[in-house]
Amino acid sequence: MSTALVTDLTIFVLALLVGIEVIGKVPATLHTPLMSATNSIHGIVLAGALLIGVTAHTVVGYILAFVAAVFASANVVGGYVVTERMLKMFRRKAQPQVKAQPQPELDGKGRQ
Amino acid sequence: MSGFTGEIQLVYVLAAACFVVGLHLMNSPATARRGNQVSIAGMVIAGIATLILLIHDGTVTAAGWIVLISGTLIGSAIGLYAARTVQMTAMPQLVSAFNAVGGGAAALIAIYGYIESESNAGGVLGATTVFTLLDVLIGAVTFSGSIIAAGKLQGTIPGQPIIFKGGRAINVALAVVAIGAAAFMLTTASLPALLIVVLASLAFGVMMVLPIGGADMPVVISLLNAFTGTAVAMAGFVIGNWALIVAGALVGASGSILTKLMADAMNRSLANIIVGGFGTGDSAIAVEAAADAQVRSIAADDAAIQLAYASKVIIVPGYGLAAAQAQHGVAELAKILEDRGIEVSYAIHPVAGRMPGHMNVLLAEANVPYPQLREMDEINPEFARTDVALVIGANDVTNPAARRPGNDISGMPILDVDQAKAIIVVKRSMGTGYAGMENELYFDPKTSMFFADAKKAMADLTAAVKTLVG
Repeated sequence: MSTALVTDLTIFVLALLVGIEVIGKVPATLHTPLMSATNSIHGIVLAGALLIGVTAHTVVGYILAFVAAVFASANVVGGYVVTERMLKMFRRKAQPQVKAQPQPELDGKGRQ
Repeated sequence: MSGFTGEIQLVYVLAAACFVVGLHLMNSPATARRGNQVSIAGMVIAGIATLILLIHDGTVTAAGWIVLISGTLIGSAIGLYAARTVQMTAMPQLVSAFNAVGGGAAALIAIYGYIESESNAGGVLGATTVFTLLDVLIGAVTFSGSIIAAGKLQGTIPGQPIIFKGGRAINVALAVVAIGAAAFMLTTASLPALLIVVLASLAFGVMMVLPIGGADMPVVISLLNAFTGTAVAMAGFVIGNWALIVAGALVGASGSILTKLMADAMNRSLANIIVGGFGTGDSAIAVEAAADAQVRSIAADDAAIQLAYASKVIIVPGYGLAAAQAQHGVAELAKILEDRGIEVSYAIHPVAGRMPGHMNVLLAEANVPYPQLREMDEINPEFARTDVALVIGANDVTNPAARRPGNDISGMPILDVDQAKAIIVVKRSMGTGYAGMENELYFDPKTSMFFADAKKAMADLTAAVKTLVG
């Protein structure tokens, strides 16, 4: 087994352990944003798509690289944007409603 | 590895560090946004490093640049549009779709790498072949499996388990074919064999998810998320890129943890879920509440009195709440109660939704402050000193039968709703939940049933409380 491969495996195992340690501390309330955040993190596969796409010289190669680039960039951009959108909604205190909600007014029955 | 590539590799390590720090900051809602931004920064760094590498390399053809740039732009536009327009109730579908494209891209990298190197004189067999094959296997299963999962969540494909005779045998056969062809390729380079691996894996992904019912989706999504991460890590081995390896490992770890949490929350083993659901799925047979003597029905006015004069109320939301789009109505009712000085909190069961943490996001969107959203273990001791537990669209997770052995949900961790002094259950009918069991909670003398659609019920309750307290 080559040294490069041993290094890669070492990194993989250590990253796995770090991941278990770090993610075990994320509270249940944030599990959906966590999942979409990790979604965008695996969008790093875009870098892989680009790196391998550079060697493309055949039509099949170009098509595969193109589809991989579309997939991966949708993944990374979409993942981050939707995570941000969700996290923005988590507030410590309820904010006064800015939008006027259609309040069901008391229909003439009066107050007690 | 040339000196320059080595330095770029170090930049990738920096990016990977950003991912770890970003995930670490997600351990609290207060810092989570910063975490996401740190993670974005890492991604930008990785992107720039990759571009520098491409330019420095100088081997990219003009056609190659057009392909890569147009692909990236189109993909980004699709991702941006999907992320901005998606409804929060549809988050599980979106995450599934992202799992699909992530796994698909990882698989494509391996396929591409294999085809390219086969055309080279050196041949394809090398130390990384096993990773290439693992990448193709896992990536393809993730791709088709996630598409089916997204389809089920969206309702394009029926949500209930789709089981047919011989389905399991086909699954086993597909797995044997895919792994067998992959094993063959370890010794002999063969493009047709690769095609067989791809097709068999894709079919296996479809067959794996079809028999799984809607309420098991939190487990499936988590599992597919773990798969995607693993596929990306394998792609990292194939091209010798540390950023991919670290990012893939992190996602793999995250998906695995969530899978375990979700399976534990249903007290079912992963194998049990994959092999097939309870058989009933989402669309439980609705048994109409035909004036059952044992069940006490209640009207909005009476329910409002109980709520308005309580000092502590716990709201127990389930997927039915989201299905009826009642989360804003609940939040409004809770606000009125709080304004009266009533202590209101929400008890969230880990599987109260279609993906981990889904219910929390839905309530956060309805402007519920996150300190009010409480986890099961944390809030269970509080039910005993709760005046009213308001159960909306949750069923099996409140069934005391789970504490007894000998039934379908035995041992499943539940919310101790029956400990509350009074219980109001908002429900459309006496229909059973996912497990197809009667909920004993409904026959408890302390329980009143408010039969109505969750959204309408919330509007009625809110109006009634308002009238009451003026």
